[in-house]
Amino acid sequence: MINWFRYASPQTFYPLAGRMIPYFWMLATIFAIAGLTIGFLIAPTDAQQGEGYRIIFLHVPASWMSMFIYLVMAFWAAMGLAFNTRLSGMMASALAPTGALFAFLSLWTGALWGKPMWGTWWVWDARLTSELILLFLYIGFIALQAAIDDPRRADKAGAILALVGVVNIPIIYFSVKWWNTLHQGASVSLTRAPSMAALMLWGMLLCALACWMYSIAVALTRVRMIMLERERHTDWVRALLGEKE
Amino acid sequence: MHWNSLTDFLAMGSHALYVWGSVAMMVLLMLAEPLLLRHSRKKLITRLKRQHRAERSEARRDHSPTPRRSNA
Repeated sequence: MINWFRYASPQTFYPLAGRMIPYFWMLATIFAIAGLTIGFLIAPTDAQQGEGYRIIFLHVPASWMSMFIYLVMAFWAAMGLAFNTRLSGMMASALAPTGALFAFLSLWTGALWGKPMWGTWWVWDARLTSELILLFLYIGFIALQAAIDDPRRADKAGAILALVGVVNIPIIYFSVKWWNTLHQGASVSLTRAPSMAALMLWGMLLCALACWMYSIAVALTRVRMIMLERERHTDWVRALLGEKE
Repeated sequence: MHWNSLTDFLAMGSHALYVWGSVAMMVLLMLAEPLLLRHSRKKLITRLKRQHRAERSEARRDHSPTPRRSNA
């Protein structure tokens, strides 16, 4: 049987993550090249939106990641509160900046898509507003943790904020169903066949996979830095950094 | 291949500003984040090494016997 708790110790996780990071970068690059080639070079023009629809290959992956990273962050926050494991809080902190980045990119690409299609950069409708709240939740989480010196207490406070904010995720996701919004409905749904051409769908899924691999690579890099910083007084960090002298 | 010419591709059917504006921001941030991380990782490691060295030399000083005064 594998002892999973062994991997929850920073000492074991640090070198393991370090070995995995290059592979995630490699996969991210491959998926990005494939997805962007399909999306920007091969996929046909959209009947309604012309070439402007190609923003979908960036906008949808960024939006999905912004929501998904929040769910993962909230999961680690909950694990940290429940089991008080050292790694959980570090994982949540490592994910927040990347989540904020994707929330911002979702709003940015959305504004640039909204202008030619709806005639406006921004409207205060349910989908757009709840995504903006998501960005503020990420920023609030980062600011709250930065304001507390003791990492344990920072983790706890951040975890509570992350868990309260998680109600926002279904609100974003279902906002286009629950309210009358300017934003179009879901492009891909689990319950019915996708409403888009197979080629476009593939392009979008590959771009989403690229963002996924990117997020893992960046989050692992960041969690390793948090480990070094927080565990700087331990023997394993001393041994690790002493080696290269 | 969907496009007839490079000009066509760059024009994006008169949506160039919006499409390339999205691409530019996405590429910019997704390159900036890992590059900034790499930079701060290097800085962190140098700082921690310096701290460790300082602690070690302090520990040595504390434990070494007080130097005897010599008459020479």
